[in-house]
Amino acid sequence: MPSSEQNGIKSWQLRTRPEQLLRWFFWLIGIAIFLFCWRLISEKTIWMFVEDSPRQAIDMAERMVPPKWEYMGKLWIPVWDTINIATLGTMLAILIAIPIAFCAARNTSPSLTFVRPIALFIIVSSRSINSLIWALMLVTLIGPGVFAGVIAIGLRSIGFCAKLLYEAIEEIDPNQVEAIEATGASKAQKLSYGIVPQIMPAFAGISVFRWDINIRESTVLGLVGAGGIGLQLDSSISTLAWTQVSLILIVILGTVVVSEWVSAKIRHAII
Amino acid sequence: MTTPTQRSWKLQPFIKNPTLRWTLWVLTAIYLVLAFGTMEINWDRVAEGVTRSQRFLAAFFPPDFISRWDSIVEGIYESLWMAVTSTVVGILLSIPVGLGAARNLSFRPIYLFCRGILAVSRTFPEVILAIFFVKLFGFGPFAGFMALSIGTIGFYGKLLAEDIEDMDPVQAEAIRATGASWLQWLNYSVQPQVMPRMIGLGMYRLDINFRESAVVGIVGGGGIGATLLTSFDRYEFDSAAAILLVIIGIVMLVEYSSGYIRKKVQ
Repeated sequence: MPSSEQNGIKSWQLRTRPEQLLRWFFWLIGIAIFLFCWRLISEKTIWMFVEDSPRQAIDMAERMVPPKWEYMGKLWIPVWDTINIATLGTMLAILIAIPIAFCAARNTSPSLTFVRPIALFIIVSSRSINSLIWALMLVTLIGPGVFAGVIAIGLRSIGFCAKLLYEAIEEIDPNQVEAIEATGASKAQKLSYGIVPQIMPAFAGISVFRWDINIRESTVLGLVGAGGIGLQLDSSISTLAWTQVSLILIVILGTVVVSEWVSAKIRHAII
Repeated sequence: MTTPTQRSWKLQPFIKNPTLRWTLWVLTAIYLVLAFGTMEINWDRVAEGVTRSQRFLAAFFPPDFISRWDSIVEGIYESLWMAVTSTVVGILLSIPVGLGAARNLSFRPIYLFCRGILAVSRTFPEVILAIFFVKLFGFGPFAGFMALSIGTIGFYGKLLAEDIEDMDPVQAEAIRATGASWLQWLNYSVQPQVMPRMIGLGMYRLDINFRESAVVGIVGGGGIGATLLTSFDRYEFDSAAAILLVIIGIVMLVEYSSGYIRKKVQ
């Protein structure tokens, strides 16, 4: 047990001296990196604006109250659109994610050397490009509107759903699959009787979880023109209609809280 | 011995209650009809888009790394700085909030207050936060840094609070029984228990923050997103493709290294 002696009194310590020094060294490096990054950001910041910001924030907050409640009448359709973008996008993503997940899972992939890396690449690239960037591309392609939002959310969610799903497939109990195989089942039968029942709970959980995230993401897609409540937010901000902005923020908060509650309930019921 | 009867077995459905199952199916069908009915899809525009997408994709290839290389490098650096600083600051800020939001550590009013902070900062996507911070602090990486920090508080504080709530109370009691002060108690009983998972989550958040930093740029928060938006606005799709590839590459690199560190720590 590490201990130190001082004036003849032995006292207990959590770590030995070399361990402690190593730790301090890591902290030193970490802090140095942080300070370096901070300096570079600070160079690009106009500090006059930052000093002025508390006053600006109070000013903005004053303009935001009270929220313009009459505007709510115009918000119902955007809210409906937002929910549709999230729901249909999630459905689209799941449809595409299922085959990809089966190709990416080590135990079901048709070819480990050829198909699996492709599936993994699709997963990573879909995950690393944000839905807003997908929406930006799709709006130039198929025009602004809800449809672009649905596709953007769908493309973005493929990676997430497929990754979690293929991990669930890799974790299944192989004995059950072997038992089905021993009855002389074909490949498709093995899939539907041996593998699918085992991953069904994970699958349902993943879909609901992603739907919840997508509600949050679809609230901002309107900023680049892909439909939903973000459109109203963008136009309210650019016309400086702050009382509308605060109402929209409240609506977003409400939608997200409700969707989180629904998803928690469903996941609780499944697991 | 009874003679074997001809029986066939059926796979048990996922939702066992038939009424619930069929209600769900019907509700889903009604929802889909309603959703597609209200969605305005301009199919002419989409069809146009399909032919257009060929030209669009052709414009993406080959990715042009060279002509905008300087601004790509600058944008990537800016994103990386933003990701690092916002992760560090966000985690530092989220520690007190997370401690306050753990039910077994704090008092009821503080608990509710801290949970409130977490809920609000988790609700709004970083992009919305960034819009407001750009208004407050002006264009540039500082606004993006603030937005990502606030987002980090919501994410990290919540997980920290949950981890503290799940910790082993026996160890905590043992330390308390030695007569440790509150800070010592925190340092010797709580912190060692949550640390391994928290380091892993910190790495994960760094990964998320880098990804998000690509988006806050679209609303003026600096970073590679600003470079990307500029190249889209200029119709330089080959540069945009290069930027996207660079983002994918770095995200993969960050993801693998953060996964490696997480494995090492746990």
